[in-house]
Amino acid sequence: MSTPLVRIRQFGVEYPGAAQAAVQGLDLDIAAGEIVCLVGESGSGKSTTAAALAGLLPEAAQQHGQLWFKGQALDSLDERAWRQRRGRLVGFVPQDPGTSLDPVKTIGAQVVEAMTVHGMPLAQARPRALELLRDVGLKAPETLLARYPHQLSGGMCQRVLIAIALANDPPLLIADEPTSALDVSVQRQILDRLQQLVRERGSSLLLITHDLAVALDRADRILVMRHGRLLESGTPAQLWHAPAHPYTRQLLQASPLARLQQRRVAPALSRELPLLQVTSLNRRFDKRGAAAVDGVSFSLQRGTTTSLVGESGSGKSTTARIILALERASSGSVRFDGLEVLGAGRRQLHGYRRRVQLVYQNPYAALDPRQDLLAIVSEPLRAFGIGQRRDHRARVLALLERVGLPGDLLHRRPAQLSGGQRQRVAIARALAAEPELLVLDEPLSALDAPVQAQVLDLLQRLQEKLGLTYLFISHDLATVRGISDQVLVMSQGRLVDQGPTEEVFGRPGSDYTRRLLEDMPGRLVPEAEVQTRAVNL
Amino acid sequence: MHTSAFWRLAQALLVLWAAFSLSFAILYALPGDPVGILLAQGGEPGTADPAQVAELRARYHLDGSLWQQYGGALWRLLHLDLGVSLQTGKPVAAALAAALPATLALAFAALLIAVPLGIGVALAAHQVRRRPLQAALHNAPALVVSLPTFWVGLLLLQLFSFRLHWLPAMGDHGLASLVLPAVTLALPCAAMIAQVLGRSIASVSQQPFVQALRSKGVGRWSLLWRHILHNASIPLLSLTGTLLGNLLAGAVVTETVFSRDGVGRLAQAAVASQDIAVVQGVVLLAAALYVLTNLLTDLLYPLLDPRIRQGSRP
Amino acid sequence: MILHPAISSLPAWRYRPGLPVALSLVLFVLLLGLAFFPGLFTSLDPLLADPTQTLRAPSAQHWFGTDHLGRDLYARCVYGAALSLQATAIAVVIALLAGTLLGGIAGWFGGAADRVLAVLVEVLMAIPALLLAMAIVTALGFGTLEIAIAVGLSSVAVFARLARGEVLRWRSRVFVEAAQVVGVGSWTNLCRHVLPHAAGPLLALAALEFASAVLAVSALSFLGFGAPPPQPEWGLLIAEGRNYMVAAWWYTTLPGLVVAGVVLATQQLGRGLQRLQGEHP
Repeated sequence: MSTPLVRIRQFGVEYPGAAQAAVQGLDLDIAAGEIVCLVGESGSGKSTTAAALAGLLPEAAQQHGQLWFKGQALDSLDERAWRQRRGRLVGFVPQDPGTSLDPVKTIGAQVVEAMTVHGMPLAQARPRALELLRDVGLKAPETLLARYPHQLSGGMCQRVLIAIALANDPPLLIADEPTSALDVSVQRQILDRLQQLVRERGSSLLLITHDLAVALDRADRILVMRHGRLLESGTPAQLWHAPAHPYTRQLLQASPLARLQQRRVAPALSRELPLLQVTSLNRRFDKRGAAAVDGVSFSLQRGTTTSLVGESGSGKSTTARIILALERASSGSVRFDGLEVLGAGRRQLHGYRRRVQLVYQNPYAALDPRQDLLAIVSEPLRAFGIGQRRDHRARVLALLERVGLPGDLLHRRPAQLSGGQRQRVAIARALAAEPELLVLDEPLSALDAPVQAQVLDLLQRLQEKLGLTYLFISHDLATVRGISDQVLVMSQGRLVDQGPTEEVFGRPGSDYTRRLLEDMPGRLVPEAEVQTRAVNL
Repeated sequence: MHTSAFWRLAQALLVLWAAFSLSFAILYALPGDPVGILLAQGGEPGTADPAQVAELRARYHLDGSLWQQYGGALWRLLHLDLGVSLQTGKPVAAALAAALPATLALAFAALLIAVPLGIGVALAAHQVRRRPLQAALHNAPALVVSLPTFWVGLLLLQLFSFRLHWLPAMGDHGLASLVLPAVTLALPCAAMIAQVLGRSIASVSQQPFVQALRSKGVGRWSLLWRHILHNASIPLLSLTGTLLGNLLAGAVVTETVFSRDGVGRLAQAAVASQDIAVVQGVVLLAAALYVLTNLLTDLLYPLLDPRIRQGSRP
Repeated sequence: MILHPAISSLPAWRYRPGLPVALSLVLFVLLLGLAFFPGLFTSLDPLLADPTQTLRAPSAQHWFGTDHLGRDLYARCVYGAALSLQATAIAVVIALLAGTLLGGIAGWFGGAADRVLAVLVEVLMAIPALLLAMAIVTALGFGTLEIAIAVGLSSVAVFARLARGEVLRWRSRVFVEAAQVVGVGSWTNLCRHVLPHAAGPLLALAALEFASAVLAVSALSFLGFGAPPPQPEWGLLIAEGRNYMVAAWWYTTLPGLVVAGVVLATQQLGRGLQRLQGEHP
């Protein structure tokens, strides 16, 4: 490790008109063969750094400082010089595989093009394309050559993009959140393959991620960025045992890894009737296709939290929507406190709606952008005729206080709030109806990690204070462990596992749950270390 | 695949039928008596002989109830009979057929100018980096679209025929007389192509795959030619029907300005003399043109867009 | 904050409601003044012929010159604005109201209403607007109001399509469903959360359609289907100048410039409105 492959000194990027520099005063070295993870929330400057290294900054960006690659200055290169280096010097694996391949060209043409633009003759490029596709773990690459991107799954597209990035054997590979658009199980396979390929070829890898657990698993070295600055760097072990910067500590606490260590104190077993009882629920969207929800039965006890876990398409959202009477069921029953919800009349449904509320995944989409917080939070008050009209303002203020928002936000609109604030507004709106059951549809997944922890904390406090019952929908097993009394695991429309949390985690009843547990990022951190860490927290 | 082609054809026929019904409703069902107008133009208002009126009504299929007239007209349409002109007494279909070649020549010449010009301006606006030129290329189509076609025609006439004497002013004598009308007709069409293609290129350029292509070392020009243009041309295809319709509508004004014979002039004269059979004939011709064009472009889509080829939409 | 800095590799065309839109707004207000108070803009009579002043070139006294009867062309343009712009306004209002109603019904109720509208819109798209307007004028007879109605009816399809699309777009939004979850009834939901969002794009389209309606109205008038000759309708004005193109270039050129300027201004205004819509997704 005499001279590093990449050496960045006092590097900064600014956009005209932006209040804050996207990146400032960055020092960074990447040695040959090293895997470096750049961790940070959105807007931390990690993607900008990656774009600068790949020569893909927009023209409006103003960069200063030094960027050296194998002893050659990159910051002075013009577009023509960059064009010859992109793909040869630096391979780039983009964020969203679904939209990162040209939809009207075949896979084969796009892989071959990566080599022919750099002067490789076609006769040589074709067999090499086959070899590359095989290397990234795609089966039957011969048939894939003539396929189009829309015929491939997201995971397959990402493998093709990795093949393209590797096509010219670049000494550095940059992967910008390569798996954030993919399911957990696919995520692990892709990262495994990427790591293996990089190690085999002796190239370096700069992996950009928002997920500290992923970084802890894979990196030789981790860099933490925030607001365009590098806060801290170190090996996974250093960061794990002795995080220097408070923000890193916050990230560690907020990561699902830490949450994994929390254990819920089980509430006293209640002998009451369940609040919600779902029995043999079925939903088919068309007659021939498989059922979206297939014979699902479970019950929710008052004041408890139940997590419904599954990958996208597992039927968990459909189940929740049927419970909320937003979707019809093909057969089965949903009883809420003695009321049969399926087939209830309009008046009954109106009354039921008041007692069961929903918090959406993306708070920005769920709030009308034209309304201010007063109008948004008071909407249930008006709709259900709660309280006097002139008291609504006071009620809304009380609700905002309850979810930890200052009252002077009353006349702001959603666009003027941060992501975490928006989710608090959505929770306040749900609470305005004074519900008993709150369905939380992935309420954290659109938020940055530290904000996730805060919202989760708020939800816990509200449950203690108001005795709410939660149905928590998530794709992420790690998050749910610390907060649930009961876990339901769904796959392909069926409940494959259900029971008290520790039972499901300790003795998973199905292969599927076992695989989900294995695919969780952070599994490579030794269990013993995790436990000492948890004590320190 | 066969059933979908069948449904597409059925839909096309449905649109044609609806166009016929709509134009019939507008022209025949609204108050206004064509025979009365005809007789009034004959010179003796108010003194129409009842027998003469009845005879005229029978000749132009204007007798009987509205529903009978409609049924009769539809039946004749199925035999490609568009009725008889109230002015000349000759079959409308024959008049259209006689006028069509001149208009087709004009429209073809206009397309020859408009398509390369429109595409060229859109591409240049995307590629050119020099500020004033880029701004000019971006704004030119919007400017051209806001000029009245008839006025542009008159300006061209004034400049090239009356001042410079380069080109003949009026009539239909060979290629030279085709230049000015074709340019007049082509300008708004070129502007429309440039606007749609320009917008499409801009939106395709924002797609993540363009960034991914750049990251593997594809240069600006081959990015444009091989990837962006192909993707951006797909929305342009759906415009073809409207574009040809605009050409036909533009021909009405252009042929009037340049005193050329053709379908447009025929339509203008028919409206001026309230010759409803001819007006309906022109309207049906335009609708048929649109429907036929869309059927043809439907065949072209799969060639451009593999997502449609497999019949599976993402 | 720029989340995906690398994606926008093109110079960002960020919209600032700048000078062009402000100028267009001023011009537009001025035009409304022309249409409703022509007397404020000229003291000359548009119909007064002066045989001693025929076909005079533009001068300090006659800004746009005079026509073959010695009438002042500037005065004729100003008074013509009243006729042409009123006709345009009527046309746009007809198209906006009819289109919004049809499209709104189809989008909100769906099903059979939607399918009928789909065929109707397809037909209206199949017949070029100018030809459709000519057919309607054939039935209605000639005149300024008749032209206005014809142009209005022939551009219903554009509004119906947009209204349907907007209603469909907003009614499927998460916040509309969220309002349903907190107990808001379906009509209240439509009025509170769907229509306010759809109104902006429709009004912006109305401004854009105003531009094309000016063109359509003047084209019909040019073809001779508008008000009869002594009236100074813009299209007619230009048509009359055709016979004097060699002797009097200003006769067709200057009124045409006025029409082009009006169209350009309203078009800029419409674009500006549309982009303002885009800023609040």
